[in-house]
Amino acid sequence: MKITINEQVHQIDVPDEMPILWALRDVLGMTGTKFGCGKSLCGACTVMMDGQPIRSCVTPVKQAENKNLTTIEAVSRQPAGRAIQAAWLDNNVPQCGYCQSGQIVSATALLNSNSRPTDDDINNAMSGNICRCGTYTRIRDAIKQAAKNLEAGHEG
Amino acid sequence: MKDNIVNISRRNFVKGFALSGFVLAVGLPGLSAAADEPQYGRNAMPHGWVDNPLVFVSIAPDGTVTIVAHRSEMGQGVRTSLPMVVADEMEADWSRVKVEQAWGDEERFGNQDTDGSRSVRHFFMPMRNVGAAMRMMLETAAAALWAVPAAEVKAQNHEVIHQPSGRRVGYGELAESAAELPVPDRDNFTYKPASEFRYIGKTGNKNIDGEAIATGTTEYGMDVRLDNMVYAVVAHPPAYGETLKSYDDTETLKVPGVIKTLTLPSSPPPAMFNPLGGVVVVAENTWAAIQGRQKLKIEWNTGPNSDYESEAFREQMKQAANQQGGKVLRSQGDAYKALDNAAATLSADYYIPHLAQAPMEPPVATAHFKGDSCDVWAPTQAPQASRDTVAKWLELKPEQVMIHVTLLGGGFGRKSKPDFLVEAALTSRALDGRPVKLVWTREDDIQHSYYHTVSFEHLEAAFDEHGKSLAWLHRTVAPSIVSTFDASTIHQQAFEFGMGVVNVPFAVPNIQLENPAAEAHTRIGWFRSVSNIPHAFAVQSFIAEMAHQQQRDHKTVLLELIGPDREIDPRTLQDEWNYGESPELYPLNTGRLRRVIEQVTDKANWGKQLPAGQGQGLAAHYSFVTYVAAVVEVAVNADGEVSIPQIDIAVDCGPQVNPERIRSQIEGACIMGVSLAMLGEISFKDGIAVQNNFDGYQVTRMDGAPAKINVHLMPSDDYDQPLGGVGEPGMPPIAPALCNAIFAATQKRIRNLPVRYQLEEA
Ligand code: FES
Ligand code: FES
Repeated sequence: MKITINEQVHQIDVPDEMPILWALRDVLGMTGTKFGCGKSLCGACTVMMDGQPIRSCVTPVKQAENKNLTTIEAVSRQPAGRAIQAAWLDNNVPQCGYCQSGQIVSATALLNSNSRPTDDDINNAMSGNICRCGTYTRIRDAIKQAAKNLEAGHEG
Repeated sequence: MKDNIVNISRRNFVKGFALSGFVLAVGLPGLSAAADEPQYGRNAMPHGWVDNPLVFVSIAPDGTVTIVAHRSEMGQGVRTSLPMVVADEMEADWSRVKVEQAWGDEERFGNQDTDGSRSVRHFFMPMRNVGAAMRMMLETAAAALWAVPAAEVKAQNHEVIHQPSGRRVGYGELAESAAELPVPDRDNFTYKPASEFRYIGKTGNKNIDGEAIATGTTEYGMDVRLDNMVYAVVAHPPAYGETLKSYDDTETLKVPGVIKTLTLPSSPPPAMFNPLGGVVVVAENTWAAIQGRQKLKIEWNTGPNSDYESEAFREQMKQAANQQGGKVLRSQGDAYKALDNAAATLSADYYIPHLAQAPMEPPVATAHFKGDSCDVWAPTQAPQASRDTVAKWLELKPEQVMIHVTLLGGGFGRKSKPDFLVEAALTSRALDGRPVKLVWTREDDIQHSYYHTVSFEHLEAAFDEHGKSLAWLHRTVAPSIVSTFDASTIHQQAFEFGMGVVNVPFAVPNIQLENPAAEAHTRIGWFRSVSNIPHAFAVQSFIAEMAHQQQRDHKTVLLELIGPDREIDPRTLQDEWNYGESPELYPLNTGRLRRVIEQVTDKANWGKQLPAGQGQGLAAHYSFVTYVAAVVEVAVNADGEVSIPQIDIAVDCGPQVNPERIRSQIEGACIMGVSLAMLGEISFKDGIAVQNNFDGYQVTRMDGAPAKINVHLMPSDDYDQPLGGVGEPGMPPIAPALCNAIFAATQKRIRNLPVRYQLEEA
């Protein structure tokens, strides 16, 4: 089947029900999207499908047909993604970093839909993303900083 | 011992670092002392330390400086902090530094066990030596180039300057000639004064891997890909000590993508670092392997732990904890008599369940067996133990095994145990040398951890009529980590009761510390801050209970217990371990403990008025030779839900090398501490962990995290003072401070972790 990832069309020959996560990682070799739980419980595998954050570990690849997927490798093509990445670096958010692909994709999707998220909005949008290292307070600060920067018309 | 370098490749040095395996023999001066003299700190670690600049630094002709990080990066920032020390001392410009990860080889690099909050503590000086030697060699080379006295040249920010004439030459140009020079004698090293540090102790240091992480381009163990690689998952025996009886893979082999199944040998307890055994499903991708595993029909032989049940075990531990006796760890005065004759007494029991480290990246390893050698790529905290254990199982020599250390997606102690590397290596061998990535799913990780122990802690105190403490009794019951290596072990060992049972500095006349026996029924292992978790929870909760009973301020009672400022030789507390550090260099300093308590209570405005349903809680704990005190503020709503507006935490870890990463480690420790206190529990039924993913084994998420964490680092700019640990000591005070805050807010005392739904009961 054909799926579009980061504006590029890929032809892949996998079972319809294979989760997008494994198609990305094992079949296409795009390892930026992470495996953390396989059960939609941790958010490490978050990608965007037509702009919406989804858990790629439980979403069959068939559902991505005729849709646009955006992964961590291409969030920088979106202004919100660039602002989030810059704020992440500025706040030195990552520790081990393993959850951060998912965090950044979730945070970018949040800013795309809500340019001025409150603490409650951040809790709602980000509580599906576990960070075992405990970077939550910096993530919160970084999202707010990115929102401010975007509103002021710059990305970092 | 010899102190010279043999067989160094000069070209290798100039061209840039290559994994060429040149053998270096360097002396370990610290190990050359008389054999009967006790060794401490980095000198006491396996393979000690190495400070040869030619092992750690190479300079390319374009000036790029490559520095080797020999400890594993798991979020603590060590790939930034230690190379930064080298860069600073050698006057390299950090923006022109590349960091290269060392492979597992302790003879070459010195000890690589990334655990025990030791990396910076043990390697700050060796890395300064590396930098100082390198800088001096570059200066000597420049002096020779200009034919001027060495005293007239000075290295400065990636160049050497001839001070009288102002001539300059870059490090790249000097690389080749510097490499020909002898490494200066350690006795002749000159160090930069702290006032000239560019990076050490400064706040602006960026994480070397930050940008790659933010763009998803780093390589963790999970991301390794080799040509012709297959994927595998293992069906492990459900309970510790069970073995494979029979299996049927008919349905498995029908799953598209599944290639074959094979078995791994089970190893009887003690587990050590051996694989658990079971059935391996090999497939063209991870998903097919997981699907195939679900379709296996397996029968297991029951084992010695197949009836391990947490509720029953807790009762057993409770009985043991409430009976006089067991191994006496310390006895001072007569606590029993004092308790009998006291004006008032208090007693309480605390329970802390098993926990799983659950690093975000589950265990994973990629192996390529080549007959007389094997390469393994893995996120390991123990590169040398990995090498030795894989070699043992493959019947190869350690030199025939190459451990490529990847980034770790978290470790927390789980990845100190290389069982999963052995599984991958054996699987590749069984596949006639086809490379294989062996993946643990989250279920594997949570059901087959080397778990944090389970503990029952019994405390008693006696008071005189003025509320002054007369007696302190602590009975601690918990299976020991050593049971994982020696199944007959039923008592906690020095490194466990040295984590906050014996080494408490309380100025109480009668003290009795006891350790009744407890058998292990699962693999017990290190979990960030280890036995400090239960011990600090019990001790620091109990002190708050003492204060409450005596209707006195908690902080006042805590400081009174600690007593006057003094330096206590840990051996006088029956603490022979002292985190492996010299008792002279690292006495227990009650003044430092007092100061973190005063600092944190001051910053948190201890005792401030709060509305109903809110409260502050305090705890202080000394671990990994670092002093920490925390004030947690909670708000508990009518439904019993806890939120945490703020945590203040004061840390005295001695001189600070990378304060920014110290802060992030302490923040992370606060959140992991909240997580285990609020939610963390692994329980067993029929020998099997009941929880198997993040639904059952819950961890703190954004909505349960503290809204604010204020880290207060105690100022310390004397870099000649001994360093303390950082990665772990933030954890222990959090659970007790949180539960003390909950008590202040609700008058409800939590003695059994986790808190979870206990506040919801009417
Ligand atoms: S891996 Fe998909 S949510 Fe955890
Ligand atoms: S940074 Fe390690 S899990 Fe989030």
